[in-house]
Amino acid sequence: MTPKEKGIAFTLISRQKLDDLTSKEKLRFILDEVKTGKILVLEQGLTSVEQASLIENTMREIDQDTFIGIEMEGYSEEKTNFLQRVFGITRKPRMTVIGPAHLLKTVRKDNDKIETMIIPGKGAK
Amino acid sequence: MGVFAKLRLSRFSEMVQKIFGKKHAKIGIYGPPNVGKTTLANRILRDWTGDIMGTVSEIPHETRRATWKRNVKVENGHSSLMMDIVDTPGIATKIDYKEFMNTYGLNKDESRSRAKEATEGVIESIRWLEDIDGVVLVMDATQDPFTQVNVTIIGNLEARNLPILIAANKIDAEDASPATLKSAFPQHPVVPISALTGYNTENLYSMMVKEFGKKRHKKR
Repeated sequence: MTPKEKGIAFTLISRQKLDDLTSKEKLRFILDEVKTGKILVLEQGLTSVEQASLIENTMREIDQDTFIGIEMEGYSEEKTNFLQRVFGITRKPRMTVIGPAHLLKTVRKDNDKIETMIIPGKGAK
Repeated sequence: MGVFAKLRLSRFSEMVQKIFGKKHAKIGIYGPPNVGKTTLANRILRDWTGDIMGTVSEIPHETRRATWKRNVKVENGHSSLMMDIVDTPGIATKIDYKEFMNTYGLNKDESRSRAKEATEGVIESIRWLEDIDGVVLVMDATQDPFTQVNVTIIGNLEARNLPILIAANKIDAEDASPATLKSAFPQHPVVPISALTGYNTENLYSMMVKEFGKKRHKKR
């Protein structure tokens, strides 16, 4: 058996992948992946309500010795104007990066850019 | 008083409330840890009731259970609003007990216990979001406001069509920049304050009565 290479695992998740899941399944999938040390980049992020649920679920699963929580940065849904609402047009949340807090740190975020860094000396399990 | 008279009176009060707006609102004081939520809650209570809400500390997650005070009447000229003020634990996405040990000198047992209670506090804060009518979102005016916690709280309240008032706190600090907060969240009113010194809190109270007294259709 080939030994697992040490390094940081980045996983880019397509919009279609998450669209096929319910909110509950989506949050479970994300948390399971992050708890194994993976950093996820979601093409289409979470809604604000899902983000709050993810924070709540994370708090329930914190283990002080192995999992201290998550680092998450993303953009919420863009606002729709009156006409878009009339025609039932909804805007989806935008890109989001989520990783284990012991591994991922946000350096800077603004309206258009998220800068993160990997905390040295750590690696995906 | 007879049943019909009571019914008429209650219908009349409902009508008055419908015409003139809200007279009672449950207001949550929200924000990340250590931005001055309890200092602000204490300031509001001291100014309007003479009480205090809770203890404050430089160690994050000092407030680990939501506390509230009912029927706090805040006045603004000829208008007023009766509020239930809820001081919530700071919302965070991570809690590391080692930070309490290494940065604040707590021992291991104290740190682990504080971290455990803090996780429960975050859950409680998020739960309270479903039960409030408006939020004073406290931000530290010396820090980058574009944090995920702030974005998540604002997004949640916008989705529920609840009013948000941003208190740009710690304006007494040299490096405070309330303009940064205003440009980060231009869609919501931002009031620069110092909860510690009381600077500009009259303006905050006036905005609270104005913003939280408006009738809105809350989405669940």
